[in-house]
Amino acid sequence: MDVGITGYGAYIPRYRIKVEDICKVWGANPESVKSGLNVAEKAVPAQDEDTATISVMAARNALLRAEIDPQDIGAVYVGSESHPYAVKPTATIVAEAVSATPCLMAADFEFACKAGTAAIQVCMGLVGSGMVKYGLAIGADTAQGAPGDPLEYTAAGGGAAYLIGKKNLLAEINDTYSYTTDTPDFWRREGASYPSHGGRFTGGPAYFVHIESATRGLLEKTGTKIKDYAHVVFHQPNGKFPLKAAKDLGVTKEQIETGLVVTKIGNTYSGCSLLGLSRVLDKARPGEKLLVTSFGSGAGGDSFSLTVTDRIKKARDKAEMTDDYINAKEYIGYSTYIKHRRKLKRS
Amino acid sequence: MRKVAIVGVGMTKFGEQWATSFRKLIVEAGISAMRDAGITGKDIQAIYGGNMSAGRFINQEHIASLIADNTGLSPVPCVRVESACASGGVALRQGYLDVASGMHDCIVVGGVEKMTDVTTDIATEVLATAADQEWEAFYGMTFPALYALIAKRYMHRFGATEEHLAAVAVKNHANGANNPNAQFQFKVTTEQVLKSTMVADPLKLLDCSPLTDGAAAVILASEEKAKELTDTPVWIKGSGHATDSLSLHDRRKICTLDATVHAAKQAFKQASMKTKDIDFVEVHDCFSIAEICAIEDLGFYEKGKGAQATLDGETKIDGKISVNASGGLKAKGHPVGATGVAQAVEVTLQLKQMAGKRQVKGAQTGMAHNVGGSGGTALVHIMGLDK
Repeated sequence: MDVGITGYGAYIPRYRIKVEDICKVWGANPESVKSGLNVAEKAVPAQDEDTATISVMAARNALLRAEIDPQDIGAVYVGSESHPYAVKPTATIVAEAVSATPCLMAADFEFACKAGTAAIQVCMGLVGSGMVKYGLAIGADTAQGAPGDPLEYTAAGGGAAYLIGKKNLLAEINDTYSYTTDTPDFWRREGASYPSHGGRFTGGPAYFVHIESATRGLLEKTGTKIKDYAHVVFHQPNGKFPLKAAKDLGVTKEQIETGLVVTKIGNTYSGCSLLGLSRVLDKARPGEKLLVTSFGSGAGGDSFSLTVTDRIKKARDKAEMTDDYINAKEYIGYSTYIKHRRKLKRS
Repeated sequence: MRKVAIVGVGMTKFGEQWATSFRKLIVEAGISAMRDAGITGKDIQAIYGGNMSAGRFINQEHIASLIADNTGLSPVPCVRVESACASGGVALRQGYLDVASGMHDCIVVGGVEKMTDVTTDIATEVLATAADQEWEAFYGMTFPALYALIAKRYMHRFGATEEHLAAVAVKNHANGANNPNAQFQFKVTTEQVLKSTMVADPLKLLDCSPLTDGAAAVILASEEKAKELTDTPVWIKGSGHATDSLSLHDRRKICTLDATVHAAKQAFKQASMKTKDIDFVEVHDCFSIAEICAIEDLGFYEKGKGAQATLDGETKIDGKISVNASGGLKAKGHPVGATGVAQAVEVTLQLKQMAGKRQVKGAQTGMAHNVGGSGGTALVHIMGLDK
């Protein structure tokens, strides 16, 4: 399969709230929480932002890098756990906004934090089989954390878009491998404002089993070893889990650090591993191999092996870099945060 | 009353056993004990099962039937025994009385708890059911809070510090590092204990035993049956069981668990022994302060002197009196219903010189001390190689 990434784009909202400011509200020890999670602050969407607006911004950046006619986009898929509507796809809003309509397929995806990578896999199939010329896969979220719940420290907003094609690739996707089981570690019922989770059950049997099994499966399938990869990106629910998974798999600090964005922007859920990858693509060198493994609760891991091409150097300067978004920030306090996140009962 | 011996022991690994169910845990421990004793199911005449709260942890009552059914031992009688964290110890005592009375000649005593199928918050609430619901839990008391009150009072009366408490955790982790069945098999430093997250002042995370899944089982036999099965029976020389007020505030003295004092007296009297005859003891260190009070209430140290003795290293594995060579509840783990039986497993292994790297040298007589709640129930058993 000679498919890959023709364009990629990130978007992260500008507002930030510090973990210590959330701690103060709930009477938690800031030093204990910050060091326990290895997260300092998280990105907060503005009042007029949602998964649709984030997806559109990321898609626009991806198309700036791809330099294609948007009418050649044959499919748009948006993966999220915070689609604005339960019924009415985000994907059509994005498709219209980037002028890809009307001759295309579209749908929304959900698989907790790995809905975006699932969308990439489907686009790989559509492009690889020749059914479409280009497929646009997006992972974006404005994640919800219940007030006072530990998830509140890390649930953030952001997303990234990947235009999958056969031509003008800035990175080849050499292969993909998924590991999927019915593991109910984290879930949100229809109509519920906030997700529920199984506490410590979300660690060992959920995150670690699926990240490590998917990664090992990919290595076996491709006949590669961890040391073959210049950069490794794992899903990042906090700044500790990916470092432990790295240790378990023999990934070094140098391999994991470029893609570790959670410490500065929190967990952007479906955007998470895709934003880690966009930061890596902003900095990677032609010829380097990249390994990305996402994790979605419920549960599954999608692992990808990529090779950066020569085109990366020219293409990446055509849109905002991930760090441009990470560093363009404005701090807000808890009261503004809950206003933005619509946690105030207004009627 | 007849003499009773432990002729086989078994336990599962203690820890967060995500993939192992309640029934699988108890079956695993039971089979392990039967293999150790060299017996099969048809030798077992009765079952005693200690379990604190399967009803709230896994929505399952009628544990007696579940155990008999899943172990394949039906139709033998099975009794589920509950006394909070002393469920295992009471099961051991009831099993001992069963064989001592002549009712049966060969029985199995097990203990099991599956605590990780609920969140930490719910587990804390469930454990709090061991306290007085009307006068303690209703007002917000949790177990760490109750033992924190004991710790505060002890520190005030006897000048102990958080370093004294930390010494218990440091010792028990060092011991647990040599226990392949322990939940935590790593050492901790005093600094790590002192810096760990505060749970209920002055008790920090590393002063508290963890939430654990696990099961343990022992085979008890009459003298005649024991002779058939083994050359090294471990005799139950003394068994003591006592109760005290359910709530901490009704105790005679906050820092003294009278139930422990009475149970110890009974066990020593029955065994015709004194503290100097005990080579090692497994005590109920649900929290670091609990171990300090235990070694005093059992009679090894005067009230108020246990803290310094611990800090001075007297209770290390090679110290004056080895306390919690297994790693204790702190490092081995505390699946509440199983703990009392797991202590008997450890004492037996030590006496049979099978404790590997954590072997207490010259172990001839050992003691197990199991407490329910903040001291409402206490069990003391003395085991030895001599009949």
